Amino acid sequence: MSAILPPSERVWWKQPLDRVELIWIVIALVWCLIMFFMMPYWHVYGKQNLANEAFRTTPAEFLKKTEAMIAQHKVREEGAQGQKVPVVAPPAGSDVYLVARLWQWYPILELESGKSYRIHLMSMDWLHGFSLQPENINIEVHPGYDHVLTVTPTHKGTYSIICNEYCGINHHTMISKLYVK
Amino acid sequence: MAINRNFRTCPSSGLVFHEPAEKLIRWNAVVAVVFLLVGGILAIGVTLTRWQAVHMLDASAFYQVLTAHGLNMLVFWIIFFEIAVLYFASSTLLRCRLATPGMAWTGFWLMILGALMNNYSVIRGDSSVMFTSYAPMGAHPTFYLGLILFAVGALIACFVFFGTLVVAKNERTYVGSVSLVTFGAITAAIIAVFTIASGAIILIPTLLWSLGLIEHIDSLMYRTIWWGFGHSSQQINVAAHVALWYAGAAIVFGAKPMSEKVSRAAFLLYILFLQLASAHHLLADPGLTSNWKIFNTSYAMYLAVLASMVHGLTVPGSIEVAQRLKGYNNGLFEWLRKAPWGNPAFAGIFLSIIIFGFLGGISGVMMGTEQLNLIIHNTIYVPGHFHATVATGTTLAFMAVTYFLIPTLFRRKIMFEPLAKYQPYLFGIGMAGVSLFMMGAGTLGVPRRHWDISFAGNVFGYEFPGAAWLMMGLTGVSALIAFAGGALYLAITVGSVFFGQKIETPGFKHVSAREGVGAVPAAAPDTPGAHAGIGAWGMVAPGTFVLALVFLASFVLYYFVNWKYLSTVWPLK
Repeated sequence: MSAILPPSERVWWKQPLDRVELIWIVIALVWCLIMFFMMPYWHVYGKQNLANEAFRTTPAEFLKKTEAMIAQHKVREEGAQGQKVPVVAPPAGSDVYLVARLWQWYPILELESGKSYRIHLMSMDWLHGFSLQPENINIEVHPGYDHVLTVTPTHKGTYSIICNEYCGINHHTMISKLYVK
Repeated sequence: MAINRNFRTCPSSGLVFHEPAEKLIRWNAVVAVVFLLVGGILAIGVTLTRWQAVHMLDASAFYQVLTAHGLNMLVFWIIFFEIAVLYFASSTLLRCRLATPGMAWTGFWLMILGALMNNYSVIRGDSSVMFTSYAPMGAHPTFYLGLILFAVGALIACFVFFGTLVVAKNERTYVGSVSLVTFGAITAAIIAVFTIASGAIILIPTLLWSLGLIEHIDSLMYRTIWWGFGHSSQQINVAAHVALWYAGAAIVFGAKPMSEKVSRAAFLLYILFLQLASAHHLLADPGLTSNWKIFNTSYAMYLAVLASMVHGLTVPGSIEVAQRLKGYNNGLFEWLRKAPWGNPAFAGIFLSIIIFGFLGGISGVMMGTEQLNLIIHNTIYVPGHFHATVATGTTLAFMAVTYFLIPTLFRRKIMFEPLAKYQPYLFGIGMAGVSLFMMGAGTLGVPRRHWDISFAGNVFGYEFPGAAWLMMGLTGVSALIAFAGGALYLAITVGSVFFGQKIETPGFKHVSAREGVGAVPAAAPDTPGAHAGIGAWGMVAPGTFVLALVFLASFVLYYFVNWKYLSTVWPLK
């Protein structure tokens, strides 16, 4: 009986299955398990994992920490006249704060290649998307959640941070630089 | 109580239609196609803007059109058609009357009202919040209210479907178990109830928030619950179009499932595990642990992926067996070479299976792998993935089934039949190009939902590699091919339904339910060993097995290529 008619055997669950199906189910199951174990495996042996570290906080408090960091480690300013953004060069291993807000990343970071930094990401208003190009590392940025990532830049150069979570009419203008020395 | 118990038997297919059900199926399908038309027109605006050389719309219009395109395609077109499929799989396939047609019409009108209201809010211009409408970005209250009304209507339709199953059981219109296609439709309806419940849990508070009655909606809570609605609604599609794959194989080839046990167990795995996939969207979010992410996005160890891989084998496998029994038993692929490639119902289903599996399935697993998601999240790879699953997998399967429904349900001949032969190829191949090139651009970092990747006039501008621009251009070209296929589909279906040559049913008369249903055919037991003498290597479907191994090899290769790529980006912990 075809698939649009009731099964011919009332007790259909006792129908034997063909060899082709059995072999395929075994192969597919083994492959599925390999894919499953790849994720914990990478947590142990791989180098690219997101931390479980995140804190609830308020935009005001996060901004205060950011301003304190800027006051301490600011090296220069960049950007168009009237919209200058500070560039900060925080010491290796320190806590680095990056604010996402409509429609700006604040401040610009200058990091050292081969050194690790604890980067804190948070939004002041809506959702934003941290997208580091051309590395192509992409992380969701929430308001109220301070997301901590320990990052180690591997190559010197000028990188761009673009926003890849739609955040309103000027979403496409939300872009910034990140320098690795 | 007077209940309309009129039935008609379709002379070409032998299907028994309950007239009130038939009318509902027709109208749900017609409205679905209208939303497909709207969504299709909007698609031009989206694709021709993202093709940077054309860059058609301004920013505000682009985000507005993109919002409307997503909603009309992902929600309204698909759900209306799915309701038609549910009524068909219950009332028609079980040869019974539809439970409470009045309630079904209430659901239908609620869905229409909701869809219109939601579109109205987007047209207003203050609700360009995308399909996802992530709080705390707010839309006009009618945006949420429209979706809620639509969902209530769809929920009513699901319960009419469940009620019809009870009617069929009580009135004994079939013997033994329901057909496999109905089983698949039940899977879709169960997932739909879960989906709509998640939608209610998040959209009702968001509506109250947009009215100022609730002060705060947490962005992470919103995303977590919303995806229980947003992604699960796509799982309804998967269950529904897999059911239609089986239906297509049965209608075109008279194929029977290779093993009822295997196919039904695979549907059962969908019910149990497919919903967990909603967590895919939260892999790059703070505040959720890796354990939670790994367990959920692996659908509890990829048991739902296993189910899809099983369907991917058993549907073409059942076609192969049917073809071999017809005598196309030479070599590995004679059954496939001599398949009716000029029949749009078959071509559509087959392309849907292949493109859904190779492009949609494999890319879905990549995005859903916790660490690989880092190099994919929110890039245009994501729409690349779901244009392979929803636009080709689901939409093309629905289109294919329409070619069968027009003569049986609307009793009209297909118009422009020579063109109809090419329609699935135009749409399927065009859409496969759209998916593939978007995935390519996403791999190079191009963001989704972005008006201008040239960052013109910005002091901090970034220049994407030339290959990314090329990919976006090729996406545009492919989209135009797919659009031609979609326009052809609309011309054929609308033309046939309204102006097609009528198919007269000789001796057509209304009869009462019991007589109309006729004697329930006694299930003919299978002759044991009926498959003896076909196939090779002790397998009844060796050709399909070879195809499945090709699929597996591409899957494994692409999976590890992505891990290799991930290992080159900055260390992160």
